[in-house]
Amino acid sequence: MLQLVTFSILNGLLYGMLLFLLASGLTLIFSMMGVLNIAHASFYMLGAYFGFQIAKEIGFWPALLIAPLAVGLIGALIERYGLRRVHAYGHVAELLFTFGLAFIIEELVQMIWGRVPVDYRIPAGLNTTAFTLFNTSYPTFRVFILLIAVAVFGLLMLLVTKTRVGLIVRAALTQPRMVGMLGHDVPRIFMLVFGLGCALAGLAGVIAGPVFVTQPSMAGVFGPILFVVIVVGGLGSLAGALIASLLIGLVQTFAVALNVSIGTVMGAVGISSPPLLLDELWPVTIAQIAPVVPYLLMVLLLIFRPTGLLGRRM
Amino acid sequence: MINTRMLVLAVAGAIACGSSVQAEDTFRIGLIDPLSGPAATTGEVGLKTWQFLAGEVNASGGLNGQKLEVVGYDNKMNPQETAIQAQKAIDSGVRLLVRANGSAPGVALNDFLNKFNERNPTKQTLYFDYAGADPAATNEKCSYWQIRWAANIDMKVLALASFLKGQADTKKLYLFNGDYSTGQGIQKAMRTNMAEKRPDVQIVGDELVPLMKVNDFAPYVEKIKASGADTVVTGAWGQDLALLLKAAGEAGLRVKWYTFFAQGIGSPTAVRQSGLPSHTVFQIYEAHANLPSVAYREEEKNFRAVVGAGQTMMYPGSVNAMDMFSKAARDLKTLDVAKIVASLEGAKFKPRAGGDGWIRAEDHQVFQPLYVASIGPIEKDKGFDEENTGWGWRQIGEVKPEDTLVPTTCQMKRPQ
Amino acid sequence: MTAHSLLSAGSLGPARWVNSLVANAGFALAWAAAAMLLVVLPLIFKSDSAIAVMCIIGVSVVFALSYNMLLGQAGLLSFGHAIFFGLGGFCAIHVMNAVAASHAPVPLVLIPLVGGLGGLFFGIVFGSLASKRGGTIFAMISFGLGELVSSAAPILNRFFGGETGITTDRSALYAPFGMNFGPQIQVYYLIAGWCFISSLAMYFVTRTPFGQIMRAVRENPERLEFIGCSTRRVRFVAFILAAFFAGVAGALAAINFEIMTVSNVGGNQSAMVVLMTYIGGIGYFVGPVIGAVLITLMQILLSDITAGWQMYLGILFVVVVMYAPGGIAALFGPEGMAAQAWHSPRQFVLVMPMLLTVVGGMLLIELGYQVGLKSSDGPIRVLFGIAVNSRSPLPWLVGLALVIGSFCGLRFATAPADRMPAVLRELTGVPHG
Repeated sequence: MLQLVTFSILNGLLYGMLLFLLASGLTLIFSMMGVLNIAHASFYMLGAYFGFQIAKEIGFWPALLIAPLAVGLIGALIERYGLRRVHAYGHVAELLFTFGLAFIIEELVQMIWGRVPVDYRIPAGLNTTAFTLFNTSYPTFRVFILLIAVAVFGLLMLLVTKTRVGLIVRAALTQPRMVGMLGHDVPRIFMLVFGLGCALAGLAGVIAGPVFVTQPSMAGVFGPILFVVIVVGGLGSLAGALIASLLIGLVQTFAVALNVSIGTVMGAVGISSPPLLLDELWPVTIAQIAPVVPYLLMVLLLIFRPTGLLGRRM
Repeated sequence: MINTRMLVLAVAGAIACGSSVQAEDTFRIGLIDPLSGPAATTGEVGLKTWQFLAGEVNASGGLNGQKLEVVGYDNKMNPQETAIQAQKAIDSGVRLLVRANGSAPGVALNDFLNKFNERNPTKQTLYFDYAGADPAATNEKCSYWQIRWAANIDMKVLALASFLKGQADTKKLYLFNGDYSTGQGIQKAMRTNMAEKRPDVQIVGDELVPLMKVNDFAPYVEKIKASGADTVVTGAWGQDLALLLKAAGEAGLRVKWYTFFAQGIGSPTAVRQSGLPSHTVFQIYEAHANLPSVAYREEEKNFRAVVGAGQTMMYPGSVNAMDMFSKAARDLKTLDVAKIVASLEGAKFKPRAGGDGWIRAEDHQVFQPLYVASIGPIEKDKGFDEENTGWGWRQIGEVKPEDTLVPTTCQMKRPQ
Repeated sequence: MTAHSLLSAGSLGPARWVNSLVANAGFALAWAAAAMLLVVLPLIFKSDSAIAVMCIIGVSVVFALSYNMLLGQAGLLSFGHAIFFGLGGFCAIHVMNAVAASHAPVPLVLIPLVGGLGGLFFGIVFGSLASKRGGTIFAMISFGLGELVSSAAPILNRFFGGETGITTDRSALYAPFGMNFGPQIQVYYLIAGWCFISSLAMYFVTRTPFGQIMRAVRENPERLEFIGCSTRRVRFVAFILAAFFAGVAGALAAINFEIMTVSNVGGNQSAMVVLMTYIGGIGYFVGPVIGAVLITLMQILLSDITAGWQMYLGILFVVVVMYAPGGIAALFGPEGMAAQAWHSPRQFVLVMPMLLTVVGGMLLIELGYQVGLKSSDGPIRVLFGIAVNSRSPLPWLVGLALVIGSFCGLRFATAPADRMPAVLRELTGVPHG
């Protein structure tokens, strides 16, 4: 039992921190600009592919530096020449623009690197075991991911709360015109913020690519769970995103360990027999639906508490 | 012996023909598979395989004076689209359709052809399924106009259980499958067959996981470890299989992995990336590149010469299909598919992979030997490797077709 | 000053009557023409596959129109609309099988109603959860609901049929007058009929006072609350109406393909209807129709010609979002590009750089695919009869030059008047200032 709980907590934390690395960029963009970037997972994918290509040519450590910068640059350009134009047409148009962008990026990646997963390996220096617990080994690379995620969180909080740039950005969030009148180039700030958000996604891609499968459909695998994290954490809150990522990571990991059936859970809550048409769900175990539990959480939260756990924006 | 260069030219010719206007002296074969979208890699390999086989036939003179031409129709893995593409193919003169990817499109095609062939007796079209593993297609959804050239999943499970009968080091079994019809089918069939063949084996775990939704398999690997299993049987494929094996390698899980789909595109690479020890991942399949049969290895060599060294002949069922179709056409001196399918019912043959094969008349399911192989380092001149990883398949065992016989509930509607 | 406005200037009784007669006559004429077109189409395009394609287009039209009720009318962007399409279709297919097995005298023409009612039922269930908020929150809820349903579907085998789906035989139902709907042409007329009725019904909804209120919710929900209207109730009704018609579309699909699978409730199906409706144009009733026709044709026919059809679809979508947010219908509408070009014919000169950009873009994309995904087919790609070698730099340079050059030319030519050089102003007839 202790073994199970320990592993679930550890695995949940590791997975949750990776989710946070991904979600941090999206939260930044949404809290600063009000744009829900559906293509965020696509920038994550670009980061993974750039990381793979650069690591192949030069090495992993240069890739860690160059790939996020490249993705950030692309993001900034897209904001400047694409999103800014669409901003005038309203939120629906912005959402649809990023939606179409996700489509195009996936096709581009397929065109250039093909559809087959690419052989993106963990760098030799990090391909060792960090520690062994109860006979299970934990790879150094996962600990590396954890460290980077923590560092990113710290830097972001610092940036947003303690620096002058962060102050201006936070001001531009609520009073863009006033900030503009004070002499700051608000559009340029938005462009930089978008670029930074995309760079964070790219960083997540460079790091996660070797652990997960780097293939054109990887954006579709992480995309949905990202939105769950953002919604649960609260649209617009960085600390909320962190808590939500860890929560979702832990929930999913613990759910996998639960071999108790839905029927049993429902019985404990007081619903003894299944409603019409849903009787096939009764013998299904929580472990079977573990990957789907976050969506359930998201829908429930959206109905009862749309601001999420710590959110401020609507 | 067919000169490789001749073969390449013939195949190129077959491909070039694919984009030209239909000539009177060509017999067109329509391949309906995903040629765009996420499943496109497997669909394209299928197309290349059939073009290669058509090229071989053309290089030896064609069939009854006619050249073969293979045209691809993209169904995007969608059953509704499959029916549309079949209609398009038949409209342009195709009378033999071939298909393999996905259960729903296969069932849709059976349904479509049953109705179409009955309503249009002058345009009757034959359908070869060259790799599909869905049992429904030869049971409740069977069709007189279909021949299934690959073993379905029930047969493969029965074969694996027969093989495991002789594996003394398998004592605790963990079942790990996707939460959909095929995965659930494997789960049930494994339990039934193991109870019969090896009642001493304890099934210590049984997992059903939603398809392509899990990113982190570490918790599942933890469960397998905690159960004390020494063998895992899994129907996972593609991304799920890759992530599962990677997580297992990272956690240092040491078990024997018996898979049904480790021959799929990207899976040998994933095995290699996972860091798992050599010869601990197995597959059971109709063939593999390093079979004892010389005829099969020769075919594999020709195939790789045309398609590329990194691509194995993933669809051995198609080889038998083309062989038997050509033989029937030449023997009957006709390309009338209605006559060909009537003659193929119940026919016996010798697969190039070795052993004996036959086409069961009741449900048009082909029975043939199945081979168990494990993947590990292979020296360049000692055999083929997979996907340029330096690792290749090594034969471990053979299961005779008699040990793969499953009953059928097919109520076939035969034409008058 | 049109005849209409002349007539409405006076408030005399007979003038008002004539006024409404003219308006009604125009309306009746348009719809009669549409009905005539539906009847005549299969006589023009006779082949089996053409009729099959038209059937699919008919289904897509109803689906897209139902979606526009949410997006265009009520301003609700939904990423999970396919669940009603799929659920309605599954209800219909199960009823079809039950009717055929029990030999009940229920004709096939009533089955789309079953689909609609199925969609309505699930619309009520999910709508009560989703209609509290609008905007981004609604989009996320709809997405979450879509994911939940499409994840639950493979588990609920009896209803969704698992991997192989549920099949049916439409010709096994009760067949009055000998019409068993076996032949595709009979199915075409069934679909065309239901498409016409559904479109008419949806059009009427937009013309009622409720339609006005829906549009008000889209424009200014806060104000609507202040004048006493419950935005929540309006959104709910819009939601269930859209779900009803989506269910009808699903039933038509079930009849047409005789199979329904879990992918019919999936995210891909939802994404497609968003694309169709937006590209067609959400501001006009006929917009989704145009979008449905165009996208369906692209999906079925374009994929045969080029491997990059999805890329073209994505680019088309983004271009529409960026440069033509009213969709194709708006381009040809009263304030669209076509009307503008009509008024100042010199603007036709802009067509050339637009065409060149498109050609250049196509060239680059096809070259890209030839080098990448299709590299095993060799470097040569035949485009419009010219064999192009993707390995040589020349076609790439030509493509780049075309795209960059024409695009810059377009930007230059459409720049605000005061930034345009005098020469160009003369050419395009743009007034100064």
